[in-house]
Amino acid sequence: MGMTMSQKILAAHTGLDKVVPGQLIEADLDLVLGNDVTTPVAIKEFEKTGKSEVFDKKKVAIVPDHFTPNKDIKAAEQCKMVRLFARDKEIENYFEVGEMGIEHCLIPEKGLAVPGDLIIGADSHTCTYGALGAFSTGVGSTDMAAGMATGKCWFKVPSAIKFVLKGKPTGWVSGKDVILHIIGMIGVDGALYKSMEVMGDGLKYLTMDDRFTIANMAIEAGAKNGIFVVDDITLEYVKEHSVKDFKVFEPDSDAEYDEVYEIDLGTIKPTVAFPHLPENTRTIDEVGDVEIDQVVIGSCTNGRMGDLRVAAEILRGKKVKKGVRCIVFPGTQNIYLQALREGIISDLVEAGAVVSTPTCGPCLGGHMGILAKGERAVSTTNRNFVGRMGHPESEVYLASPAVAAASAITGKITDPASVSSARK
Amino acid sequence: MKAKGRVFKYGDNIDTDVIIPARYLNTSEPKELASHCMEDIDKEFVKKVNPGDIIVAGKNFGCGSSREHAPLSIKTAGVSCVIASTFARIFYRNAINIGLPILECDAAVQGTEAGDEIEIDFNAGIIKNLTKGTAFKSQPFPEFMKKIMAADGLINYIKAKS
Ligand code: SF4
Repeated sequence: MGMTMSQKILAAHTGLDKVVPGQLIEADLDLVLGNDVTTPVAIKEFEKTGKSEVFDKKKVAIVPDHFTPNKDIKAAEQCKMVRLFARDKEIENYFEVGEMGIEHCLIPEKGLAVPGDLIIGADSHTCTYGALGAFSTGVGSTDMAAGMATGKCWFKVPSAIKFVLKGKPTGWVSGKDVILHIIGMIGVDGALYKSMEVMGDGLKYLTMDDRFTIANMAIEAGAKNGIFVVDDITLEYVKEHSVKDFKVFEPDSDAEYDEVYEIDLGTIKPTVAFPHLPENTRTIDEVGDVEIDQVVIGSCTNGRMGDLRVAAEILRGKKVKKGVRCIVFPGTQNIYLQALREGIISDLVEAGAVVSTPTCGPCLGGHMGILAKGERAVSTTNRNFVGRMGHPESEVYLASPAVAAASAITGKITDPASVSSARK
Repeated sequence: MKAKGRVFKYGDNIDTDVIIPARYLNTSEPKELASHCMEDIDKEFVKKVNPGDIIVAGKNFGCGSSREHAPLSIKTAGVSCVIASTFARIFYRNAINIGLPILECDAAVQGTEAGDEIEIDFNAGIIKNLTKGTAFKSQPFPEFMKKIMAADGLINYIKAKS
C-alpha cells in the first residue's frame, strides 16, 4: 500500500522509506515559526533547555503580528522580549513592524515555505503553507521551543481524507466559499488528527490566493494539515518568490484515504458561516435578513492581493452604508504597497472603508476593531467562536471578501451578485 | 500517577477562545492566565475550582488556536486532568508537552455529571466515578508520550535525553 503526500513528506524528513498512520516519529524541520503571542512562552521554555543557540538561524522565523503595532504596554513588553531574543540568537527571519505582515501571508511571500518542506509554527493557521505542497502544521509554544533547540518535532503520522475538485467556480465564488462549503459538509472535527489532501482538475481554476485560503482553514475542520498537489500555478508562485531548494511529492496512486469527496466547484454558491462555529454554514440564498454593524476584510485567510482586488471591484464608486464600519487590513507591507499602486486603497477609502496597517488586530479581538455587546460583523477571517472578535455576546459571520464588501454597501449580509455583476 | 477531584462539565467544541480569551494574551504569566480560565463560558469556574478538580467535556475539546496559554491556564488553575470524548490535536499535543494529564474516554464523559467526584489511575487507564460507583477504561498513552508526561513535559524530556 502506498503513502499519501503528507506521509511521504514526513517519511522523507525522518529518513524512513515508509511510515504508516499512527506511527510516532521524530522528524527534521525546515522551518520553525512563532509570533508575538506564542514566542514569549517558547522563549521561556527554550531557556530551560540550556541551549545558547537555535539549531539553525536561517530556519527560525518570528513575526510579531498579533498585537502590533504594540497595542498596549503589556504587548510592547512581549514584543520587546521577542525582539531581544531574535537579536541575541541572530535569527535571520525576524520581521519588525515596517517589514512584517500577518505571518501566514508573509512567510510564503518571503519564499520561506516551498513544496516538500516540513514546517511547524506556534500558530494554528500554519497549515496555510500546505497550499504550496508543504507539510505544515500548527503546534504550541513548547513544540516551538523544542523545535528551535533541536530542529526536530514529534508527530503521530496522520491518515488522510482526499478532496477531488472538479469543474469551474462561477460568479463571485472563491476559495473561501469552497472551504466553508467543505467545513459545512464534514464539520469542525470532520478531519480531526487527519490530513486533508486536495487535488483534481478543478485546481487549475484556483489561484494561489484561493489555495492559501483553503489550506488556511483546514484547522477549522480539525485537520492536522491541508495540502495541495503541486501544479504549474504552484511552481510559478515558487519561482517568483523563493530561491530555496524544493522537492515535489505526489501521493502514491495506491495511497489509502479514510474518505474521498468529489466536489464540483461549479455547484458551490457564496457561503456564510453563522455564529458560533465555522461549520454552521448557509448558502447566500438561505441567509435571510441579517443586519450588521461591522465588516472586516483581511487576515491570514483573506488579506491577499486577490482578496483586496475583489473588495475594491465591488466597493469602487459605491459607499459603505451609513452606520456600518468597514475595516480593511492587508496581509503584508508588499500587499499594502501593491494595493496603493493599483489604486485599490483610494477606491476603498473613497467608499468609506478604513485601511489598517498589516496586523492580526480585529481577527482575534485583539485591537483595531473590537465588537461591543450585541454587535454583528461579517468577516473574511476564519473563526467565529464566542467572543472571538470582542464581547462574548457579539456575533461573527464568516464570508468571502466579495460577500463582505457587498454587505458593507447594504448593511446586511448580501449576495455580491445583487450589487455588482458577476466577474467571471 | 493518580488524580482525584470534583467534576466541572462542559459540552462539545470548547474552543481556546473561551478557555482563555485572546484579550488576555498580552501576557504569558501563568497565574494571570489562570485567573481568566474558562471566563467566557463559565464565570464561576475560577471562583469554585479547587486543586485536583477535573474538567470533563464532549468532543473536540480545545479546538481553535495553538495558544499553549489554554492548557497552561487550566493546569495553573489547579485542574489535575481533562477528560473529553475527543481533543483538538494542537490542544492534545500542548497538554502532553506541558505535562497536563488528559484522557480520551467518551463513556466516562457520558457517565459523569457536574459535581461528581472522580478518581483516575493513569497507569492503569482507569477512571472511577466515586459518586456513582462506576468505572471506565480509557486508552493508555503510547510509551513515548508516557515518558514526556513522566518528565513533566517535553522540555525536561529533551534535557534528560541530551
Ligand atoms: S489573522 Fe487571525 S487567524 Fe490569522 S494569524 Fe492572525 S489572529 Fe490568527
